Formats: sequence, structure tokens, C-alpha cells
Amino acid sequence: MNFSWLFRMAWRDSRRSRQRLLLFMSAIVLGIAALVAINSFGDNLTRSIDEQARELLGADLTLSWSRPPSAKTQQLVKTLGRDRAYEVSFASLVSIPKTGGVRLAQVKGLEGNFPYYGTWEVEPASAVQTFRQAQSRIALVDDGLLVQLGAQPGDSVRLGNLSFLIAGRVTKTPGQAAIAATVAPTVFVPNQFLAGTGLLQRGSRIAYKYYYQFTPGTDVGASIKKYESVFDKEGINADTVADRKRQTGRSFADLTKYMSLVAFVALLLGCVGVASAVQLYVKEKITSVAILRTLGASGRQALLIYLVQTALMGLIGATVGAIIGSAIQLVLPQVFGRFLPVSVDTTLSGPAILGGIGTGLLISILFALMPLLAIRNVSPLRTLRTSYEDDLSGRDPLRWLVYLLVVGFIVGFAYWQTNNLMLALGFTGGLTVAFGILTLLGLGLIWLVRSFFPASWSYVWRQSLANLYRPNNQTLILVTAIGLGAFLIATLYLTQGLLLGRVELSASGNQPNMVLFDIQKEQIGGVRSLVQQQRLPVLQDVPVVTMRLTDINGKHPDVTKKDTTQKTPSWAFTREYRVTYRDTLISSEKLAAGKMPYQANGNIYVSIEKDFLDRLHLKLGDTLNFNVQGMLIPTIVGGTREVEWNRVQTNFVVVFPAGVLEQAPQFHVLMTRVPDNKTSAVLQRDLVNRFPNVSAIDLGLILKTVDEILGQVSFVIQFMALFSILTGLLVLGSSVVISKYQRMRESVLLRTLGASRSQILRITALEYGLLGFLAALSGILLSVVGTWALAQFVFDVPYRPDIVPLLVVTVVVTGLTILIGLFNSRDVLVRSPLEILRSEV
Amino acid sequence: MSILRVENLTKTYQSGGRELTVLHGVNFSLEPGDTFSIVGPSGSGKTTLLGLCAGLDHASSGSVYLNDIQLDKLSEDERAAVRNQYVGFIFQNFQLLPTLTALENVMIPLELRGEKGAQKTAQSLLERVGLGSRGHHYPTQLSGGEQQRVSLARAFANRPKLLFADEPTGNLDTDTSATVIDLLFELNREAGTTLVLVTHDLDLAAKTQRVIRIKGGTVVSDTQVATSI
Ligand SMILES: Nc1ncnc2c1ncn2[C@@H]1O[C@H](COP(=O)(O)OP(=O)(O)OP(=O)(O)O)[C@@H](O)[C@H]1O
Ligand SMILES: [Mg+2]
Repeated sequence: MNFSWLFRMAWRDSRRSRQRLLLFMSAIVLGIAALVAINSFGDNLTRSIDEQARELLGADLTLSWSRPPSAKTQQLVKTLGRDRAYEVSFASLVSIPKTGGVRLAQVKGLEGNFPYYGTWEVEPASAVQTFRQAQSRIALVDDGLLVQLGAQPGDSVRLGNLSFLIAGRVTKTPGQAAIAATVAPTVFVPNQFLAGTGLLQRGSRIAYKYYYQFTPGTDVGASIKKYESVFDKEGINADTVADRKRQTGRSFADLTKYMSLVAFVALLLGCVGVASAVQLYVKEKITSVAILRTLGASGRQALLIYLVQTALMGLIGATVGAIIGSAIQLVLPQVFGRFLPVSVDTTLSGPAILGGIGTGLLISILFALMPLLAIRNVSPLRTLRTSYEDDLSGRDPLRWLVYLLVVGFIVGFAYWQTNNLMLALGFTGGLTVAFGILTLLGLGLIWLVRSFFPASWSYVWRQSLANLYRPNNQTLILVTAIGLGAFLIATLYLTQGLLLGRVELSASGNQPNMVLFDIQKEQIGGVRSLVQQQRLPVLQDVPVVTMRLTDINGKHPDVTKKDTTQKTPSWAFTREYRVTYRDTLISSEKLAAGKMPYQANGNIYVSIEKDFLDRLHLKLGDTLNFNVQGMLIPTIVGGTREVEWNRVQTNFVVVFPAGVLEQAPQFHVLMTRVPDNKTSAVLQRDLVNRFPNVSAIDLGLILKTVDEILGQVSFVIQFMALFSILTGLLVLGSSVVISKYQRMRESVLLRTLGASRSQILRITALEYGLLGFLAALSGILLSVVGTWALAQFVFDVPYRPDIVPLLVVTVVVTGLTILIGLFNSRDVLVRSPLEILRSEV
Repeated sequence: MSILRVENLTKTYQSGGRELTVLHGVNFSLEPGDTFSIVGPSGSGKTTLLGLCAGLDHASSGSVYLNDIQLDKLSEDERAAVRNQYVGFIFQNFQLLPTLTALENVMIPLELRGEKGAQKTAQSLLERVGLGSRGHHYPTQLSGGEQQRVSLARAFANRPKLLFADEPTGNLDTDTSATVIDLLFELNREAGTTLVLVTHDLDLAAKTQRVIRIKGGTVVSDTQVATSI
């Protein structure tokens, strides 16, 4: 076949329609742009993480543990590396005496030259040096905490029994994303003063960590290899730069890959637009194809001429998209802002750009091919007879091949991005269902409007409605495209509301909404009366004993590790168990098998939470030996419970029967219900004053944190959804232009028949208004059904969707549709009929 | 050897569940270099017959031999190749590609064959039909007569053995018709092509050497006309 001729023909034939073809292809521009932007950003992020991995850790190596290691190991960890810094951290209420503000915070006692790498951003910068000298009681405090508590450097912060002068405001700590300071804001103090606070008591969950610096060039991984088994046995967690690089890199690579799926949805939306535009284009080209066939061109040649055209336009569209995407990625570090652990420097990413262009080219060719296939069957007889329909209606078997290719491509793309076949199939399936349902909803709504439209309404209304059914109308595709955008946005809002509703519900009615913990046994009476003084109920008072598991059925950790048939994970023996004792179940628990905790024949029968039982591969009757502060207690698994975790409740994996642990060292957790934030603040203030080691967390704080995180997440998702909406509008814009010629003739006819300019304007506005409204409605309907199912079957909350955002989405989508429709039809509206008749060629 | 032989040609259309037989067992055979016309009233099946002879459509039964190639044995793409090789067309509504210039329209048959120097050949053909200076114009920028002259140039571009013309003057006024027809016959004589002309203009038919008259899908007369051009 003569390929150069095909290209020449494609080029010549496109001369009169290039602008229009470009317009078709503009629909894929934004999708490609989003894809290239996200993937470029992902590449840059991975590179930045690689380059700044040491800054992520702040050291060459960290060792951390929550249970003090043996004396020998303690000696060992003090000799590793060239230099080392020590950190002790735990959660505690902190207060600002000046303002009276109290909040749960992370307290870190530091000793040494942390951080070794990266900058600790503190204002003033000199505060870091003063802090390291540790001459006096000074503290560095996360900016977020200062803002929340209304404090400033120069004020003092109270930790337990001691006050510290706030010497600096921390804006960034190496290796921490800014969002971490929202979830757990930190107060740093010199470690030597920590003991004086009285907060380091038994029962507090304390974590210890060493930061190490090695001589440059040391292979840290290799040099600690020999200690691995010791670390493992003693529950010491070692983290090297390479480990950190791998973890951080992986989690962010995942994030950007999933985001790229969102971008891909925008691209597919654009492709559907391309397919429908190309279909109209093909209809127009049929006579030309018939002439070529008469003159001796084969069906394949004719098809290729138009395929070359669309492919070239696809290439241009994809390239433009890649350029725009490369520009957009410059703002992505701001969009992701507070989630990023490193500063991302943005450069062009070759793989992302080429991948984007390739994807765009392929997918636009595949989608254009669906309508283009009809060209192969155009009969040359059309040159002799104008009305010859047989050739277009015939079902082309190749069509199925193209459908298969399209589906295959989508699955392939999703697999390429996520490396997970099930997910890729799920994504494709979900997409198909969403498109299908939207199409059906669109069809249904159109049918409803058509069937129940009062025939008595004015001419303007009837005419604009009739326009939705004009031959070659794009109504359905537009409803689907714009509807999908509305669906994404609406679902985002509704799901956010559901999540917050779930948290709120967890403490509605008489459920506790405030937890006081780390209460020492001798303090419990005082705390109780403090709570009751405030006229607050004590809803639960639970004793907690910490212990470790020494063996299962007589098998020690070392033995089980070598025995491959025993699948007990090693963490089962290194973790700390927080256990309570009682003979009954509480409201969040349900007996799954066996009995509640009990004692019989001198044996202690404990209850294990069901998931935990499964993960440890335990069964009823197994014996577990626990070490409670040096004392061994043998127990038997007597029963298992199902526990509803997502409630403000104290829930336990292991529950002992009463009468065993009463004399063991223990602390208490007390739950109450506060009516408002003010009472909560007063209670926390009193607590800090009288029982400084007791911590409190209230639902308000959790809600606020969840809200803030969701706000950040939804901003990112909204940013991506924006591409889908804009693509929908682009498809709208191009379809308006495609049907412009037809519209001009109609408008001229109407004007000739005496319609006024304003009547035509109203008809057009109404037509697009109806279209936008139907689209928004389909999207929102689908979204409401989807989130209702989510509420009903997943979150298990009553469904009360917030109407306001839905109204806003409807109004905005409808308004934008009208605006774009009118803007693109302005020629038809403002020019005189005669002018239009002349210009028509 | 005949250039076109039609044997027992029948065409039946299936429309709305009913069968409509448009051609009933048509037979004739044409010798190379002659000029023929097919005449008959509207709806008699002339265009249908032409479409079958040129291999644009397939018959319900019977055969068409074009240059001894049996068309009904060929696929649509193979027939397209035969058309490009042996056949030229002129249509009532010109059928120029609207997106191509006059010159490019004339070039298509040559380019489809992969011939070199297509542009030069096309340009000289345009000059032959008196449109040498209009090559870069698009069909919409030409008058009907001019368009039909471009289509004449295109029809002769691949030096066809057989030229089909369906009502070539149907859309033209009398004066223009005369010019186009004169040009058609001149070019035909120069190239030695066999011309098949479909028309219901009897004066025009009289200019050909043989007139086949059909009515209701059957050949009612087949007359040899004394040439007097
Ligand atoms: N695709 C079709 N389906 C059904 N009937 C058809 C079809 N094409 C043509 N016909 C019928 O076949 C008959 C012959 O049509 P044809 O176009 O060959 O006549 P014609 O002699 O060329 O007429 P005219 O002089 O008006 O061009 C007509 O009655 C027409 O209605
Ligand atoms: Mg006819």
C-alpha cells in the first residue's frame, strides 16, 4: 500500500476541517495534562525522596523500642555510630498557664545533636543551638500547637510538674510531613528535665529512640546486620536510610499512581467526546469516501486516510496536553503541600511526558476507530444514489475487536499504574458500571422530561426541549460527560459528610465522648471525684495491666521462628499487651465462640478478640503464658469475642477474668461524657493542675483532626475532579461548535419566520440549561445512591445527605453549561441572518 | 473480444419485506472503442444497470464481464482495483471531493495507481478541458460546468478502457451541456475509450453509435445508429 499517498490525502482532506478536528481532540488535552502532571510529579517526588532520604530520617540509623532492652543491649546501642542522639517520647496533656489552654500533645525529650541531616526549621533559628546546650528548662513547640493554645515564644508551657520557657516555634521537623503536626503536635524539651515532670511513670506508653550518625561512607545496613537477631528478640526496631527511602517512596508512589487513575478517568471522558465527535465527522465524510471508492480506493485505504487524520490530531492534542501537564505539575507540590515529607523540586519528566503522549495517542485512536470503522463499509453506490443506508447500519465484526482493545487498554493502563490485576479489573468494571448507569439515568431523565412536559407550555420551552432530540444530537454523551464530573464532586462531599457523621455518631446519645487515661491506681479515686464535681458521669472505669506474651503452648519465640509449620508472627512476642479484667462483655463486644473470661479448677480462661485470634493462628484451648512485670501467669484461651472498634471505647484484644490481676501494677482509663467544649476545657485544666500525668482526649479534638485531614485530602481530590469537569465542559464546547452549522440554519429559518433575537437567545439558554440540569441531576442521583449504599452497608450510619453542596453543584454545573453553550453559539445569536447565509460554505 | 458483456442480469431489491425486481434478465455485449447510450423512462433501471456494469453493486443473478473479468466473482476491494485500472466515471452531480482542489481531484486516480508525475499529467488534462489556470480552486469556487469539466479530466486521467457517464448534463443548462458533451466526445475519440452514456435525452443518445432502450427493467430495443457526429 502506498503510505505516502495516504498521508498526503489525509493532509489535503483535513485542510477544510483542521480547526474542527483540533477541537475534537481538545477534549483529550486536559486528561493528558492531568496524567502527565501527576506522573511527572510522582517521578520528581520519588527522585526528591531518594535525594533527601537522609533528611527524612534525620540520621544514618535509628533504633527504637517501647520496652527497655537488656543491660547488655543498652550498652551496645550506646556504642554504635560516630555520634548519637537520644529521644524519649510519650503523649501527655500540656498547658499554657498564661492562656489556660490545654491539649493532648506529643512530648519528646531530646539529648544530643538531632537532627544530623536536614534542617530543623525553628523560629528563631538560634533556638536550636540553645536547646542543644540544654542549660535551662526551655521547649521548642510545633507551630500548630502554639496557634491552638494561643501561645507564643516567650510564654511558658507546663508539662506535669515543670514549666518550660518556649524558646522557639517549630515549623518543620526533618522527615515529618506538615500534616503530622496537625494530628500529633509536638513539644520538644531537653531530656534531662523530663524526669522532673513526673510524667515518666509506669503505665504511660513511652517510646525510646536513638538517632545515629556514622562516619561518611559507612555501609550502615551491613554494619548492623550482625545485631539483627538481637534487635528482633528484644523488640528493637531498626530503621536505616535505605529502609526509610523504600517505605516513603513506596507509599507516595502508590498515592500518585492512584491519582493517575483519576486523571485517566478525565482522559476517558475526553475520549468518549472524541468518539462522538468523530462519528458526526464520519457522517459528513461519507460522500467523499464513496467517491474515493468509486475511483478505486479500497475500504482499508479510505479508513486509513481518516485514521491518519484523527491520529495526527490525537498526537497534537496529546502533545499540547503533555506541555500543559508539565506546567501544571509546578503547582502540585502546593496542592499536596502538607502531606509531603520532603521538598519536591520540579523538573521535566521524560518518561511521564512520553508515557502521557503515547497513552493519549493510543486511546484517542482506539476511540476514534469505533466510528471510523463504518468507513470500510461505505458503498461506492452512494455516488449514484444519495439515500443509501444499508452500508452504515450493518454490524461490523471488527467493532467487537475494537471494543475488546479499548477494554484491554483500560485494564492494561490501570494495571501498569497499580501493579494489581484485581484492582485494574475492578477499576475497569467500576468505570463501565458508572458510565452505564449514568447513560441509563440520562436516558431515563430525558424520557421523563419528554413524557411529562406540559404541551401547554410556551413555544420557547417546547422548542428548546425539541432541540434536545434534534437529529445528530449530542444530548446523551453530554449528560454522561458532565454528569460524571458532577458525580465525582458530589460523591466527594457526601462521603466526607459520611465520615464525619460516623465519628460524630460514635459518641451520640449517652456514649462517652471523652477519655481520661494513664490514671495511676492511687489517683483513680481523686479523678473520679474531680469528674463528679463537674457534674459529669463516670461512664466507664477500666483497669489496664500491661504484660508480654512469653510463649504459646509452651513454644518460645525462638523455637516458633524456626518451626515453619507454626505461623505465629514474631511481633506477637515483642509487643506489649494492655489487658483488662472482668467477667462480662461490654456493649461493643459480642461473644463469637467459647465463653466469657472465667476461672475453673485453678485455670485462668481468657477471652481473645476474634481477628487477633486468627492472625495468631490460635484456637480455643491453646495455652498462653504471660509475663506481668516479672511474674509468669499461665492462661488458656477460653473464648473469643467480636469487637466493634470504631467507637470511643476502651477495647481490648485480651481480657482476663476478675480475681487474677487485681494486685498487679496497673493504671486506669476513665470515660465520661462532656456536654460542650467549654466543660471539656475546664475539666482538662483541673486535671492538669491536680493530676498532671493523666491525659485526656475528647471527641471534639478527634473531630477537628479528622475534619482537617479530610479537608486536605478532599482538596487534592477536588483538584483532580476539576479535570473531569473541565473535560466535560470542553466536550460540550466542541459539540456546540460541531452542530453550529445546523443551528445557524435553524436560527435563520426561525428569524425569517419572525422569531426575535431574544426568543432565540432564550431557546438556546433553556436548551443548555435543561441539558446541564439533567447532567447534574444524573450525576447527583448516582452519587446519592452510591453514598447511601456506603452509609447503609459500610459505615452503618443513618443517611442524611447535606443538601446545600448538592444544590451548589447543580447550580454551578447548569450555569456553566448555559454559559459555554451561549458563548459558542454567539455567532448564531448576534449576527444577522443574511450574514450567516452568505458565510455558509 | 467484448469490453463489456452482460449475461442474464437480474437485480432484485428487498424493501420493506417486499421484493422489487428492477432488472429482468438483461443481456448485451459491447465492443471496444464504440460509443453506447442506455435510454429509458425514469425508474426503468438505467442507473441500476450502470452501477452493476461498473461493479459498484452486485447482481441478484447473472454475470457482468468487464474486459473479460467476471465482476461478481470479486470482492468489493478487488472490484475497486478493477475500476481504478479500467473504468472512468462521470456523474450527474459531478462528485468532486469538496475538500480537494481541482488539480488534486484529477490526480486521485493516478495517485491511487501509484503513478509518478501525477501532477504533470493532471495539469495537462486540466489544460485540455480549458481549466489550466483553475487547478488550485476548490469545487465550491467553480461553476457547475467547470466542475463537470474537472470531472471529465479526472475520468480520463487513468486512461480508462471504459467510461461510464450517468446523466452527465442533467444538472447543467443547455449551452453548458453542449460544451461539456462536445468535450466528452472529443476526449473519448482521442483516447479511444469505450463510452457508456446513460441519459433520457434522446438527442444526446443519438450522438452515440448504438442505443439500448430499456423499460421496466428489460431491454426493449437495441439499435445501431448511423454515425453522424
Ligand atoms: N436501494 C433500493 N431499494 C429499493 N428500490 C430501489 C433501490 N434503488 C433503486 N430502486 C428502485 O429501482 C428502480 C430503478 O431505479 P433507477 O435509479 O435504476 O432508475 P433510473 O432509470 O436511473 O431512473 P432516473 O431516470 O429517474 O434516474 C426505481 O423504481 C427505484 O425506486
Ligand atoms: Mg438514474
